[in-house]
This record gives sequence, C-alpha cells and structure tokens, in this order.
Amino acid sequence: MRLVVLIACLCLSALSAHAKDQIVVGSKAFTESIILGYVLADIALDAGFDASHRPNVGGNRVVFDAALSGDIDLYIDYTGTLTRETLVGQHLESDAEIPAALARFGLGLGPRLGFNNTYVLAMRRDAYPEITKTSDLKDHPDLRFGFSNEFMDRADGWPALRRVYDLPQTDVRGMEHELSYRAVASGAVDVMVAYSTDANIARFDLRLLEDDRNLFPQYDAVVVYRLDLEDRFPGFVDHLNVLTETINDEQMRDLNATVTLERKSEQQAAAAFVSQRLNLNSADIAQSGFWARLAENTLNHMVLVGISLSAAIILAIPLGLLAFRKPRLRQFVLGGVGILQTIPSLALFVFMIPLVGIGGPPAIIALFLYSLLPIVRNTFSGLMDIPQPLRESAEALGLPGGVILRRIELPLAARSILSGIKTAAVINVGTATLGALIGAGGYGQPILTGIRLADTGLILEGAIPAALLALATQGLFELLERAVVPKGLRLPRANAGA
Amino acid sequence: MIDLQGVAKSFDGTEAISPLDLPIRPRATTVLIGPSGCGKSTLLRLMIGLLTPSQGKVLFDGQPMSASALAGIRRRIGYVIQDGGLFPHLTARENACLMAQHLGWPEARQVERLDELADLTQFPLDGFNRYPVQLSGGQRQRVALIRALMLDPELLLMDEPLGALDPMIRHALQDDLRDIFRALNKTVVMVTHDMHEAAFFADHIVLMRDGTVVQQGTLEDLLDRPADPFVSAFINAQRQELGP
Ligand SMILES: Nc1ncnc2c1ncn2[C@@H]1O[C@H](COP(=O)(O)OP(=O)(O)O)[C@@H](O)[C@H]1O
Ligand SMILES: [Mg+2]
Repeated sequence: MRLVVLIACLCLSALSAHAKDQIVVGSKAFTESIILGYVLADIALDAGFDASHRPNVGGNRVVFDAALSGDIDLYIDYTGTLTRETLVGQHLESDAEIPAALARFGLGLGPRLGFNNTYVLAMRRDAYPEITKTSDLKDHPDLRFGFSNEFMDRADGWPALRRVYDLPQTDVRGMEHELSYRAVASGAVDVMVAYSTDANIARFDLRLLEDDRNLFPQYDAVVVYRLDLEDRFPGFVDHLNVLTETINDEQMRDLNATVTLERKSEQQAAAAFVSQRLNLNSADIAQSGFWARLAENTLNHMVLVGISLSAAIILAIPLGLLAFRKPRLRQFVLGGVGILQTIPSLALFVFMIPLVGIGGPPAIIALFLYSLLPIVRNTFSGLMDIPQPLRESAEALGLPGGVILRRIELPLAARSILSGIKTAAVINVGTATLGALIGAGGYGQPILTGIRLADTGLILEGAIPAALLALATQGLFELLERAVVPKGLRLPRANAGA
Repeated sequence: MIDLQGVAKSFDGTEAISPLDLPIRPRATTVLIGPSGCGKSTLLRLMIGLLTPSQGKVLFDGQPMSASALAGIRRRIGYVIQDGGLFPHLTARENACLMAQHLGWPEARQVERLDELADLTQFPLDGFNRYPVQLSGGQRQRVALIRALMLDPELLLMDEPLGALDPMIRHALQDDLRDIFRALNKTVVMVTHDMHEAAFFADHIVLMRDGTVVQQGTLEDLLDRPADPFVSAFINAQRQELGP
C-alpha cells in the first residue's frame, strides 16, 4: 500500500517538475491571451533569458492562482478583470490602487499594452436595424440573449447590465463564448456579448451596440508578474517596457484575426508582431504538422489515462476487497467513492489546482478519483456474488486466507473486476478530454482550440481520435477478458452423461 | 474422534441447535437425519469449524478447536456438500489437487494419489482435465469426494452428497459410496433427510428435530424401541411415500 502511494507521488512529481530556472509565461484559454503569451516569451528569449510559454492554462481564477503558486511567472491580464473580479475582495477605488493590491499577493503590475478589450454587445447586422445602442434593447422584451458563462456570473456582467439598462428580457442563457458567435449568426439567439478586440466581430459581420450609459469599465491589457522575478532574473522586468502602448484596439483585432481567420498559429502571429513592430528576434517556430500534433496529443492523452487508471486499479481492487472483508467499513468505502463520482468533473479539476498546480497532475488526480468507483464497486460485487457453497468449500479445505483470495476468490471475481476496469477506462478516456481546460493537453486540446477558432476540422482532430481510443480501449479489454477470465467460467454447460 | 460437548448454536438470538452431547464413533458411519431445517447442516459446520458454537465445545482428537489449530484439523477432515462445491474455474484435477499443491506435494505423488482415488471412485482418468461444467452431476460428486479424500483424512463429513442427483445415478452412486466407506474404514458423518439412505449407510443413526437429538441408535433401535412418537411418525411418513 505504501509502495503504491510512493509510486503515485513519484509519477506526479515527475510530471509537475518544470525547471525552476526558467521564466514561465502563462496564458488564459483564449486566442488573444495566448498570442500575447508568446509575445512575452519572445521578449524574454530575445533578452537572453530562458523562457517557455504554457498556453491555455485556464480561466481568470485558474491563471491567477497559477501565478500565486509559481506555476507561471507572468501573464497578460486586464485592469477591469483585476479590479472587478480577481481582486474584488480588496475593494479598489481606482486602477491606481492595483499595484498595491497585487503586491499583497507577491505580484507586480507591468506595462499597459495600449488596447482596451472591454465588453460590447453585438447582434446580427441584418436583425432589428432599429437597435443601435444598448438602451434600445429595453423596447424589445422578447429578444433572446446568449452570453458567455463568465459574463453571466460576473458581478459586472449580466446582473449589472440588466440593472443599469433596466432590461426586461427573460430568455437569457449562458454558453461557451466562442459558440455564442455561431448562435447569433444562425439566429438561435439575438444578442451576445463580444470583446472589443475580437476578430470574429468582422468575420460574423456583427453590429456593435453603443454602451450609452458607460456601464462597461476599462479593460486595459497589462502585464502581471511575480515580484520574485526581479530577484530570480535581474533586469528582465525592465525589458517588458518595450511593450508599453504598442498595440491599439484595431491592431489587437488584426492580430487576433491572423489566428482566427488566417489560420496562422498564435506563435506565428506573435513572432510577426515581435519582429515587425518591436524589432526583436522571435523564437524559431517549428509549426507542427497534423501527424506531429496527433502524436503529441495521443501521447499526452495516454499519459493522463494510463497513469490515472493504473493508480486507480492498484488502489481500487484492495478497497473493493476491504469493503468485502470488513462489513463495518463497507458503507464508508462504497459511500466515499460514490460521493467522489458526484462531483462535476470540471469542478474537481479546479479544486485540485491549489493543491497540485496546473497541467497534468490535477487532471491525473481527478481522473484517478473518478476511476475508483466502477472498479471498487465491481470488485466488491464480484466477490460478494461468489456462491456461499464455494466460499464454504474453500474454507473447509483448510487453505489459508491469502491462498483462497489468490486461487479462488479473485479468479471467480475476475470477470466482474475486469468489466469494472473497462468501464473506468472508457469513461476515463472521455473525461480526460476535459483536462485541456486546465492545461493538461491531450485530445481535449484541439477540441478546445477548435471551439475557440470556430474550426470544425480542429474539433474533429480531437474528437475522432478520442472516440477511436475509447473504442480501442473497449476492444482491448474484450481481448483481455479471454486472458484473464478463467476458461472454466467461459465454457458453455455440457450435457455429459453420468 | 470428534466429540460435541454441550454444544448449542444460535443465529441472531434464535436457537438452531439446543445444547447437546454427541460423541462420534470412530471408524463407523454415523448418519444425521431429520426434517428439513432441524439443524443437520449446522451440526456438520460446527464439526469442521465453519461455525463456532454459541455454547459448549467441539473436541477433535480430544483437543478443542482453537483458531490456531483449525487449519491443521481441517486437513484431517474431508467435507463434501450437496452440489459438490467444485470451483468452476479449475479443472477436476486442479480442484482435487488444490490442497496437495499448497502443501508442496511433488507432482508424482499427486498423480499417484489421483490414480488411486480415480480407481476407488470409478472416475474416468480423462475426466480430470475437464472443468466442472463439462462433467455430469454424478461425476462432479465423485470429483468432490476425490478432493475430500486427497489428503487421506481420518474423518469424512458429507452433507446430502446424493441430494442433487437423479434417482438412477443416485442408486449407482449409493452402492459405490458404501463400498468406498467399507474399503476405507474411516469415520464418516453423513447428513440425509431420506430414511432409506440412512438405513443403507448407517452403523449409527442420529434422528434430529428442531435442533435437538430425539433418538440415536441402530435402525432396529429406532424401529423397535422408538423414544418418542415423533420417531415412529417420521419413519412411517417416509415408508408411505414409497406406497403401501
Ligand atoms: N447462517 C445462518 N444464519 C441464520 N440462520 C441459519 C443459518 N444457518 C442455518 N440457519 C437456521 O438454522 C436452522 C437449521 O438449519 P440447517 O442446519 O441448514 O438445517 P438442515 O440442514 O437440517 O436442513 C434453520 O432454521 C436455518 O434457517
Ligand atoms: Mg442442510
């Protein structure tokens, strides 16, 4: 048992071991943040520092926490996000108080980039032409609103919008931000919330509504960095000033369009910007091809599934056995793994971040916890279903408990245990795609990027291999059943004579 | 051999066996008989330590059945139940040799012992490689008997060993089984609810009812000197089942 824990710890620490003598840039899970993340990394590399970029770390909270824990050293944030969301507990009066508030967390405020990426309401150009400003919405109570989930929840989002403009609409739903463009374009909803630097505004030919009561605050892009960077990499923070006021709204929209419309990678967009506008050298870009991406995603996905499932098997079979042998602990064990299963997977992923950081480790732990229930339950029921006369015969022979377990009980329960492992594996392969939401990679990565770029091909690049892997897993376990389930249990009953 | 002294057994406060003394005679066949639910199987389970008495003690060779002595004692007892209790994932041979293998018997000794027992029980040698589902009910009982006899135990406990068999097979096996008992000259305790089977096998009959021993003795004792009206009633009921 102790050995298992040790192995699990070793695996996890190996995964989370990112070299600490390197500047690690992080980015939120959207195009603009990722492009700017590469820009930051390029600046560091050009200045002679060793640096890397972890794109797609997650949402606001996740990225902020990653900076607090030191998983990342710097990232691009927005003043409005900081004052109204991340630092809302500090009750800041103005943007001028941001540096002091960040300093309490060991973070510093770097240069402003120049653009203001604030919320703006958008509609299809041809729908309701009489609506030109936000206050016009009040006269159309039947309009359907489709807002990003984040906007729905934020204090300065939908609740403030409804209050300030006194909006009567009731058909208001939360959806993935990138999907809301498609929803508006197809007429499934009438009004969405966009960001002012969003390239999709042009792509989907949307009409922007004027914020005529000045509800939405400034969302000026700024660099947020860990204060210990100045000690660890003297001089680096000063280099960031080359970014000061270099990008206006329209330029940012163009940069975003390079990725979302022209299908360049974020890294290429960043490289072009860094060399043309900052006159710096950009990092060499090896644009990875389809097969290389597929291989990398497959490897990441298999690592997530392989480690979490193996660890689950190693722990769950003994737990099932414990529940079987010790009726007093039964409720505790079965109930415990049952409760784990009821935690929504994304929530579980996010709970893990403060404990083990971002990326592979939290995803693996969450997948591991999810895999326990089917294996524990099937091990337990497989053992319980052994007929009483067989149980008695084994004991009456005088075999010791260990031998009974190995030679009688486990083989008789093998089919049930294996099918529990199969269930866990198939669920695990599917759930692991969510790992990309917290930067764990795998097949979820192209799915997430595909949704972000409204690129169906990219979505399929993750969805199809994930489905195939699930099928292959299923097939593998059916083959395994022949090897693991004893022959005597697979034979049909014969009609031999006396 | 085995000796029950003041043994009683309750399940959840309900008494299944009332305090009783029952010395088992060595080298004889004792048959426990009585209506269904009277406690025959419970008594057998107490003898092999699958159950511990709520009261009183079970002595094997004069020694109490302590937890530490149990494994050793069980190797000196063979136990056969109604449907054989063969492990479906093991072949007949693996079933029979499970314990010998665990004790580290050399291969040759196992084969030799299997040959002997196949001969004794008239089990075909080619049947040893079959799985229980590939054997008939009668063959399964023969394998169960071989497994029970593998370590040459001093005591053989059988709980309705013929109970699940068709009448034809049952009669053939009855004859074989009595021959085997005679050949081995071991202590046998057999449970049945069938008076004819009891009469056929028993040196000594123990008639039970509701967890108590009503009368014990030879068949003649029970027929000629019934201790209780129940004894005659039980015997007569079974006679009438066969017709006038
Ligand atoms: N494990 C047990 N738990 C509760 N009651 C039991 C258990 N085993 C036997 N009994 C009860 O003890 C009584 C005797 O059962 P048993 O010895 O199986 O009878 P027999 O073999 O004579 O038919 C029955 O009333 C039965 O319900
Ligand atoms: Mg019985």
